[in-house]
Order: sequence, then C-alpha cells, then structure tokens
Amino acid sequence: MSFLTYLISGLSLGSIYAIIALGYTMVYGIAKMLNFAHGDFIMVGCYIIFSVTASLGGNPLLGILVAVVLCTILGITTEFVAYRPLRGAASPLAVLITAIGVSYFLENVALLIFGADIKSFSSVISWEGLSFAGGQLRIQGVTIVTILISVLVLVVLQLFIKKTKQGQAMLAVAEDKGAATLMGIDVNKTIMLTFAIGSALAAIAGALLCSAYPSLSPYTGAMPGIKAFVAAVLGGIGSIPGAMIGGLVLGIVEILSKTYISSQLSDAIVFGILVIVLLVKPTGILGKKIQEKV
Amino acid sequence: MSEFLSVKDLSVYYGVIQSLKGVSFHVDKGEIVALIGANGAGKTTTLHTLSGLIQADKGEIVYKDQNITTIPGHKIVNLGMAQVPEGRRVFAEMTVLQNLKMGAYTRKDKAEMDETLKTIYQRFPRLEERKSQLAGTLSGGEQQMLAMGRALMSHPEIILLDEPSMGLSPIFVNEIFDIIEKINKDGVTVLLVEQNAKKALSIANRAYVLETGKIVKEGIASELLDDETIKKAYLGE
Repeated sequence: MSFLTYLISGLSLGSIYAIIALGYTMVYGIAKMLNFAHGDFIMVGCYIIFSVTASLGGNPLLGILVAVVLCTILGITTEFVAYRPLRGAASPLAVLITAIGVSYFLENVALLIFGADIKSFSSVISWEGLSFAGGQLRIQGVTIVTILISVLVLVVLQLFIKKTKQGQAMLAVAEDKGAATLMGIDVNKTIMLTFAIGSALAAIAGALLCSAYPSLSPYTGAMPGIKAFVAAVLGGIGSIPGAMIGGLVLGIVEILSKTYISSQLSDAIVFGILVIVLLVKPTGILGKKIQEKV
Repeated sequence: MSEFLSVKDLSVYYGVIQSLKGVSFHVDKGEIVALIGANGAGKTTTLHTLSGLIQADKGEIVYKDQNITTIPGHKIVNLGMAQVPEGRRVFAEMTVLQNLKMGAYTRKDKAEMDETLKTIYQRFPRLEERKSQLAGTLSGGEQQMLAMGRALMSHPEIILLDEPSMGLSPIFVNEIFDIIEKINKDGVTVLLVEQNAKKALSIANRAYVLETGKIVKEGIASELLDDETIKKAYLGE
C-alpha cells in the first residue's frame, strides 16, 4: 500500500512538472528559444496568490485567477520587451542569455518586495482527500486535484492545437515561420499567444506546487523550472505529449528514489536519467529526428 | 490605366551585400511573366520582397494602385498575392488537407473555401487521394502540387512561383508547367521565377533576365528564346 501512496504522490509531483514543461516545450517549439525565466513565472504566480489570499484576505480561487491574468500579462510583456527585439539576432545565444537575465531580474524583484525569508503558503485546496481500503490508502485532496488539472490542461491544449485556427497557426509557425507568413499568419502574434499560454500555465503550476509544498521564497521557481526543462528534454523538446510523459516520469522517479534510495541523491538520480536517455536517444522519448534542411 | 503590379528601383541589402540593385519590372493582369537568371541573381530575393518576407531598402512596389512596399508579410496574401516558395516548404507534419486549409488561413467564408478546395482537387486529383497523408511523406512532385494548391486556396489574383520545377523528374516538370498554363487560363496572373529558362520562356508572355541584382534584358518571351546571348548564357545552346 505504501508503494502505491508514493507512486501517486510521484504522479502528482510529475503532473506539476508536466504543466511547467508544457510551457517550456511550447515556447521552444514555436519561438525556438529556451525561456529560462519560465520557472520564475511560477514563483511570481505563487507570490501573487500569496498576496491576494494572505495579505488581502481574498478567496484562493480569486488569487489563482489574478495570478493567471497577471502572469499572462507578464509573459506577453517579457516577450515583447526582452525577447522580440532579439529575434533574428545573429546568435541564438543572445536571447538565451537574456532569458537568464530575466530570471535573475524576477528573482531579485521578488527579493526586494517580499524579502528573503520563507513565507508559508496556505494551500489553495482545502479538500481533505479520499481514503481507501479502510484508511490504509489515503490520497490528499491536493494530489488528486493536481493530477486532474494536469490531465485537463493536456486535453484542452491538444484540442486547442488540433481544432482551432490559432492552434493550427502555432503548428505552422513551429515548422516554418516564412511559409506561415505566406499563409497570412502573423508570426509575432502567434508567438505572443504561445507566451501567454505558457505563462498562464506557469501560474496554475505555481498554485499547485505551493499547495503541495507550502513554502515560498524568491527561488521557489528555480529548481522546479530546471526540472521541468529536464522533463521537456526527456520527453522530446517541442512535443506536447512528450512534456507530459517527461514530467510524469521525472516526478515518479524523484519521489520513489527519495523514498527507497536516498533523499539526498534523488536529484542526482533524476539528472542521471536525463544523461542516460540523451545518450541512448538524443531527441528524447517522443522527439523527432531533426532533419537538416538542404 | 495603371499597371497591375509594378516594381520600381527595388534595392535590398543582406548585411553589406546588395542583392538587388535597383530592379524595375511590371506584370500586367492575365500575363505570365518569367524572371530568369542564374543562382544568386536575386530572383528569390525579389519574390520575398514582393511577399513582404524581406523589407526593401529602397524602391517601391505598387500592386493594384496600392503601395505595398512596407506592408508586413502576413497581410500580403489577403491582397490577392500568393507565393509558392522555393523548395515548396509544405508543412511536413501536417496532412495534405491541413496544408490546404492553411492556405485559406485568412479566408472567412467556409462555403466559398470548400468550393475552392473542390476546384483544387479537380486540378490535382492526387491531392484528394492523399488528403489525409502527412505532407512530408509525399514525393517531390506531389509536394510541388500541394504547395501550388495551398497557394491557390487563398484565391489569389496573382501567384508568385519560385522554381517550381526544381528537383523534379522531367515528366513532373512538364506536368507542372501544364498546370501553370491552366491556372493562368483560369484568370490568375503568374510571375514565374525559374532556372529552367527554356521551359519558363516557352510558356511566358514576357520575361526579364536578372543578373547579379540587376535586370539586364527584357522582352517578349518567344523573342528571348531566339536571342543569341540568352541562348548562350541560359539555354545551353
């Protein structure tokens, strides 16, 4: 029974990684850039929810809503101010370094406003959860909600991409910006929409992350951000189902190795798996072979 | 009456290299105009500038009495100008049908769009047979047909074709040129860029010869076919 409990809690952590990884992978797939500040959007989302609920006494749902809206605006603004001017720069490193700069900027602004001390975050999910087999297997409410939300996010996102015009435009831009422009697709707008979706997802991931692990500091988003990046690469960067699978694998491996091997070594194991997967299949689990254009 | 499409003194720089040095030409409604020249002469650059993928550094593009020189690329197709790019550039990860629908991205009326789709399937029966196949799995000739069908989905008044015969087997080349003539007979003006000068001149009304960013010769296509210098430089005779 305890194994099952750990597995489910791994699944839940993995779901959070997956939602963050979706943002990474979409931005990479469509704008062809690694947004290393993505993890910090989670932290911003958490502080917004914290401010609305703890400081202003607002409803947690209202907090999430405000966080989603503000993170979306922040994402669009960041893209417009920091990344767009560098699109088409001679080296792709320019935008990568800028992303790292944005990451430090957000962390330090949070440090300035909220201080370095860890804030305790009260879960936005008050549901106790479910109990099975006469109380032997208990699943927390936050765990169940997290898993359900990640499934919902994946389904909605897939439907959006497959069924809507904007979704198809995203695929076209991901494949060939020039050809997409010839079709009449506004590439800048499409990339902006991608950032908006990725940032909204980061805010949702923030709410779930801080509910499961209720301590908040300016660096809260850094580690989950890196792990979600690993998840995206593991699943095959650019692939939406890949991000989901990568996230879940990472979460489960992390929790199980924390439990059965060593809690200090768990991160080493997680990153070790990345190295092994990349050695065997450099494009990740669902990644496609990158064909050089002739 | 003013010209349908006229390009005046167009100059484009790539960094320090000037790839178009004051190119001027015009296309009248209903014509097939060929732009021939060697690799690197600036043919593709000219088409990209017309479609707004590249911004001109100097000069003017006037289309249907409207100056479109600075209009961003994604707004050009809505003006009735579509391009079939060099190398076809179909969306390999999408199906044939999804590719065709992308071509009609800016169109609002679904009924009209279905009507266009029907005429495209009539013109390219192979595309209908393969409508649910991924575009990346098609042969080169089929991809060229798809790229042309995709451009036609926007219901253009003028179509810019960039090297439509590149990399195709001779049978496909003939088929593609037949199709270009048919499209033109249906009322679509054609600006054709080709390295296969002989083929291009055989279907075009008029032609311009581009050499290192400049128009060096222009004239009636059939006359250029008999021109001694053209024969030597471009027709391999």
